[in-house]
Amino acid sequence: MSQSDDTLLLANVSRRGLLKGLAGGSALLLAARWDLGLANEQAQFGAGAMPGGWVDDPNVFIHIDSDGLVTIVNNRAEMGQGIRTSLVLVAADELGADWDQVRVEQAQGNQDKYGNQNTDGSRSMRHWYDPMRRAAAAARLMLEQAAANQWDVPVHEVRAGIHKVVHQPSGKELGFGELAKAARELEVPGRNDLVLKSDSELRFIGKESGLINGELKSAYPKAIDGEDIVTGKAIFGADIDLENTLYAVVARPPVYGAKVKSVDDSEALKVFGVKKIIRIEGTGQPAAFSPLGGVAVVATNTWAAMEGRKALKIEWDNGPAGDNADYTSETYREALEKAAQSPGKVVRQSGDVESALEEASTRVSATYYMPHMAQTPMEPPVAVVRVKDGKAEAWAPVQNPRATREGIAGILEMDLENVTLHQTLLGGGFGRKSKPDFVTEAARLAKEFEGQPIKLQWSREDDIHHAYFHAVSVDHLEAGLDGEGKATSWRHRTLSPSIGSLFAPDPKHKGEFELGMGFNTMPFSIPAIRLENPPAPAHVRIGWFRSVYNLPHAWAIQSFAHEMAVAAGKDHRDYVLDLLGPGREVHNLTVGDGWNYGEDPDLYPIDVARMRRVIERATEEAGWGRETGKGRGLGLAFHHSFVSYTAIVFDVEVDEEGELTIHRADIAFDCGPQANPERIRSQMEGACVMGIGIALQSEVTFKDGVAQQDNFDSYLIPRVPDAPKVVRVHLIDNPDDAMGGAGEPGLPPVAPALCNAIYAATGKRIRRLPVGNQLS
Amino acid sequence: MINLTINGQQHELDVPDDMPLLWAIRDVVGMKGTKFGCGISQCGACTVHLDGVATRSCVTPVSAAKGEITTIEAMADDPVGQKVQQAWLDLGVAQCGYCQGGQIMNATALLKKTPAPDTQEIVDAMAGNLCRCGTYNRILAAIERAADKETSS
Repeated sequence: MSQSDDTLLLANVSRRGLLKGLAGGSALLLAARWDLGLANEQAQFGAGAMPGGWVDDPNVFIHIDSDGLVTIVNNRAEMGQGIRTSLVLVAADELGADWDQVRVEQAQGNQDKYGNQNTDGSRSMRHWYDPMRRAAAAARLMLEQAAANQWDVPVHEVRAGIHKVVHQPSGKELGFGELAKAARELEVPGRNDLVLKSDSELRFIGKESGLINGELKSAYPKAIDGEDIVTGKAIFGADIDLENTLYAVVARPPVYGAKVKSVDDSEALKVFGVKKIIRIEGTGQPAAFSPLGGVAVVATNTWAAMEGRKALKIEWDNGPAGDNADYTSETYREALEKAAQSPGKVVRQSGDVESALEEASTRVSATYYMPHMAQTPMEPPVAVVRVKDGKAEAWAPVQNPRATREGIAGILEMDLENVTLHQTLLGGGFGRKSKPDFVTEAARLAKEFEGQPIKLQWSREDDIHHAYFHAVSVDHLEAGLDGEGKATSWRHRTLSPSIGSLFAPDPKHKGEFELGMGFNTMPFSIPAIRLENPPAPAHVRIGWFRSVYNLPHAWAIQSFAHEMAVAAGKDHRDYVLDLLGPGREVHNLTVGDGWNYGEDPDLYPIDVARMRRVIERATEEAGWGRETGKGRGLGLAFHHSFVSYTAIVFDVEVDEEGELTIHRADIAFDCGPQANPERIRSQMEGACVMGIGIALQSEVTFKDGVAQQDNFDSYLIPRVPDAPKVVRVHLIDNPDDAMGGAGEPGLPPVAPALCNAIYAATGKRIRRLPVGNQLS
Repeated sequence: MINLTINGQQHELDVPDDMPLLWAIRDVVGMKGTKFGCGISQCGACTVHLDGVATRSCVTPVSAAKGEITTIEAMADDPVGQKVQQAWLDLGVAQCGYCQGGQIMNATALLKKTPAPDTQEIVDAMAGNLCRCGTYNRILAAIERAADKETSS
């Protein structure tokens, strides 16, 4: 790249101050904004610290045809968050492109060229907003320079408009397409020569579009994939259609770590269309992203493969699985609840909790349970792989292209550069498709069919039985209140198997990034605090599920804060605002968190004022304190995650039969600057519905190591009648702070807010999820 | 040999009688708009119209699919389907989009039969279609928008 890196000088200047001055748009301030001039290799935080870092070369991301068609490359996985629209509109707006002349090209998996592509952690917009604006601003400058050259006028006399460049003194114009060829040959300007558009010049960024609380706003910018989706033309992983494809399914060991003892495939081979049966060796534990092993059936269509699998007679050897074969959810829950009674590894401590609890006027104590859950994206895992001449080509709906290529290269024993990955649309991800085990499986099978594409399809049963499960959790909390009901002490023990067990011998304790998801970052201002993490072993594959460990932490903390308010006889909102204390910025290191979602603590402190603001907004909008009548009540919860702030209030009613009606959800959300408010709203709405499922329905249980739920008839997720009658999203206008995530932060407060509302309506306290039939 | 009429086109397929229509459409005919989500009629991603009736193709054997089969690919040519699609776009219903073909097929079948459904009728009709992204509130609003209340009341 030809950009200069002469912005290092600014590293010692107050970064937040400069960031807040961004609206002025001067080159100096803008230069300070982009990663403080630190090259990727030197960055400790943010996009630069990710593998592959960021890239802002316009030649990588923007291509303009001579007919004016602008192609913008999207390097992030599209799984429903709308990034193919949102990130592209950022670039298109800065460039000045006419939205109707913009098309999107999905980047192949190649982080050396495109920077980090791991679409996870609600990072896409906060890590790529600046690089994409810079890339587009550089392209715009190149178009202006090309026009100036052609007219032989000074470049300051020309200015890009919408899809054209204008010579201001004469009014002469040239379209982007007419300038494209000449612009492409120019040197890319240095970052310090870029001037981003001022807010008043923007057409798309930060502008509301779509439907807002019942009112339809501008239809632009139209969703990139909208028309393809409603006409059935959008191509997901399952829809890749290559000539001569063979179709495969795999029978995997029901218990994690088990192996095939024997297989009788004689009946399977008789099924019409079945071509071949292949045994796959599993890699044992820890499995990481490797196949679980088992027996594959390869056929001329998916149905034949599934029928063939049904006809297999397999005997499994549970020996290698060890005590995973004894894993039973009820027993495990009891064991964790017992372990929660004893002290665990201390991860944060201030004051003397034990004395404070002894001296308290009132002690409040509760234990909360959240079960295993499966992500169940509507498109089950699926991949197409073709191996030919020592090279592999894959088409797959994956969140993490780099790990996918590494998995394929590993199982096929080839170099990474011989693996090509075409990233399709994802029919949902939610963390499941961060793990490319299903692509590696397909590659393993494709090896046996030189030159012939293999499409490996997971059934829904496969998806639920062999998920990377959301960790089951027990959280035990105890608090002491003084005579006025004010909290004097807080002790929280959290127990969950760790995702660390997927990659290394089971650590049995949560890792830093797991504790940092809303546990040790608990923001209440209480004199004595002790946070502990007793051990919890893993017996299944544990993996990321949207919002990850924020789910149990928010569930327990937000339920318990309500229980404390009830014990104190105080209004819940007033009580939690008091617990939070006055607005202040809490540095993550001061609360024992060394992670902070990978972000700079100076730019992203835990900002109590912002937390208070979302609580105040959600409760105001919901009409907090209003008379609701018998059997009806309002419930509140809030949470900081992925460096954003969410509060939600539910208005629910429970009738005498225990039938729950969710009348309304009011969600207040602060992610700092908003690139595409419409898609932020959709993320909040969707998280609300998914969270209702977490609260009410979703649970995977195990018996003797085997998942007991098979499909959507037993693993329940929300349906239309479960949705709130009204969902209102209230976005906090906050352009001054650093940008936060939006895909995940909406989810953690949903279950506790709903259960707090159920308490307000009925007096029944839910401590074990899902609610199931506890109300009847 | 099995004969299927899909979107007005005849297809002669060499498949077993009990093959679900879904896999015949996807793997044999090669039309990919109809999706696999569960295989047991629990999610609705595979919804097609069989003689105008919303039908779960994942549990419909090809031998039972005698009649006019219509898929999401033909909805743009259907006046009601078109209105539903437009409402979906107007309200930005889709997130990942994988289930939305089935949602649109189901909604279109509802509006063809009941042009001005009340809210409860819409909720009841859509209860069999899952969306993991949780777009339900916009789905309901889009069907209200597409419903032809004036002409039918």
